[in-house]
Amino acid sequence: MSGQLTPLAAVFNLNHPAHVVNWNFVHVPISNVILVIVMFIVFFAAILLPFPGAQVRKEHRS
Amino acid sequence: MSAEPAGKPITEAELDHSWTVKLRRKAVEELPPEKMLPDGQPTYVANWIYVFGVLSIAALVTLILTGMILALKGPSWWHLTSIGHFFNSVHLWAVEIFFFVMVIHLWGKYWMAAWRGGRIRVWVTGAIIFVVAIPTALTGYVSQQNFDAQWISTQAKDGLNAVGVGAFFNTMNFGQMYSWHILLLPVAVSALVAGHILLVRRNGVVPPIPLKEQVQEVPAKAQPAATTTATGAAS
Amino acid sequence: MSSFKEKVLGKNDTPPWKGSYAPYDLIKEAFIATVAVICFAVILALLFSSPDDPPSTIAQWSQRLPVNFATTGAQNLAGTSPTAEYGPPYNSNGEGQKAGPIAPQKWLGVTHPVEPAQDMVIGPLSRVPQPPVVLAALHIWKLTPDAKRKEWAKAYSEALEKAKEGPNGTITAVKPGSYGPVPVLIGALTSLAQSGGLEGQLLESGSAANRFYNNDYTIPLLFMADGGLLEERAEQQHLLGDQWGMMNETGSYPGQVWLWLYSFWYQIEPFKSSENADILVMSIMGLLTLAFICIPIIPGVRSIPRWIPLYKVIWREHYASNEASAAPPATGSG
Repeated sequence: MSGQLTPLAAVFNLNHPAHVVNWNFVHVPISNVILVIVMFIVFFAAILLPFPGAQVRKEHRS
Repeated sequence: MSAEPAGKPITEAELDHSWTVKLRRKAVEELPPEKMLPDGQPTYVANWIYVFGVLSIAALVTLILTGMILALKGPSWWHLTSIGHFFNSVHLWAVEIFFFVMVIHLWGKYWMAAWRGGRIRVWVTGAIIFVVAIPTALTGYVSQQNFDAQWISTQAKDGLNAVGVGAFFNTMNFGQMYSWHILLLPVAVSALVAGHILLVRRNGVVPPIPLKEQVQEVPAKAQPAATTTATGAAS
Repeated sequence: MSSFKEKVLGKNDTPPWKGSYAPYDLIKEAFIATVAVICFAVILALLFSSPDDPPSTIAQWSQRLPVNFATTGAQNLAGTSPTAEYGPPYNSNGEGQKAGPIAPQKWLGVTHPVEPAQDMVIGPLSRVPQPPVVLAALHIWKLTPDAKRKEWAKAYSEALEKAKEGPNGTITAVKPGSYGPVPVLIGALTSLAQSGGLEGQLLESGSAANRFYNNDYTIPLLFMADGGLLEERAEQQHLLGDQWGMMNETGSYPGQVWLWLYSFWYQIEPFKSSENADILVMSIMGLLTLAFICIPIIPGVRSIPRWIPLYKVIWREHYASNEASAAPPATGSG
């Protein structure tokens, strides 16, 4: 049986039909769209955000 | 240290025939301890994109740990108890995390052209890991023994049958799919990941793409392996 | 003189690093990453749980959609159901898909024989106690030549397509016609299914007969997939092919986003309406996968990172330092 009936049931219930993003022939549930958008955000954040230890690396450079 | 062993010592000539010694020598030559577990990293390793490789490993470890717990109680357990369902949930979200961080790792390595300097095998093993992860996930989905499994197995069969794979790989055969999912494919993925990591340790993290004014062509015989600093820290 | 290796791999402008190192604790990083991912997965599990839509059963299918169930059963007897006409690996009644002369489905042959009339209808009915009228129908069926059997069953399946659902899972308004013993057989099959007795019989069909243990759900799944219940549920959950279903999960959960490109091809012509869509899409994806693995040796594709210099952002600290501006040492042959 699903976790809906148990003490460890989810805080947010995702067991309902998905809202779908429709554009031309593209029909994608909103959860997948959010996932892809977050992936792009995380990728660009990863390459742009400063990485700790700059001072240590500077000291070790010749 | 222990005293000298008694009797005639083993000779070099005798050692030359030993597979064990040959393996040890090759292993130590390719991957000395300073490379396997180094003091540090090149100073150009200075970006958050570098952590997505180790995050992928971490997600794989999470999958294996939760997978082992699910395997302990068998494939029906998670339908019947809330604690079982919880571990199934962790396993499922670990799948999403695994593909999420692995793809970002892939993007990073592509934009860094990380196959340079003799690191083609690193790229190839990494790409194959991604490809093998897909049937690993598929076999998991069709092993769920719920509606999702019914639908995915009856749909996926058409693609697999069309290319002949369905002749020996039957998505509707729960026994087969479960075996592939909990044993064969995780072993394959883990072996590929181990090879991938060892290649990274051996070759070192790829240096930056030289800016145009600094390009220096490397002679054809140059090898990427075995560079060390004065302190013995390997790349 | 450029060697073959250079021609394939391109010029190597990446000498081994002889520059500086800074302390970096790989094991601590791996430990922190593992704890962080476990915690994140646990938090997601607590917040959102995971889907577990119960499976459909043959009993449910025959109770909720009795006309659809009976029609599929009759099509199995007629040899006109999707499974009956599928071809390899189940039977030789179809050619399977092909891409030009390439026909791996046909070449690999029948490796998991499924004979729908016997495995899904006659076999299960024969293995359970039946009233005399059903026994007589089974006897007539066995004695009748194949062509006549199919004629009766095809006519009955076409009549059922226009039939109506009555109360309590019954079927009404079937046009009278020459159907032989088929109505009795399908009626008995529907009763068996609605009582819940068909599930076990289907699992013990074919090569699994009298084996008690069986983990292969091919026969019950093929039977159900030929009907309408699974498809009805799948459409509600946006899992159909033209709904990009390959990428989706039941409910509002994120699905298999990494299958986006597989899903994409099925949405556009010529694949959308092709009988050979699966082999065509799998072939394209096979080639693209090979290309993905071989990016380092594909001219152009391997150079895009140099043309679109995201690397200047990634290694900006290095380029700004004295190490990048100093000329790299000559590497000789080492």
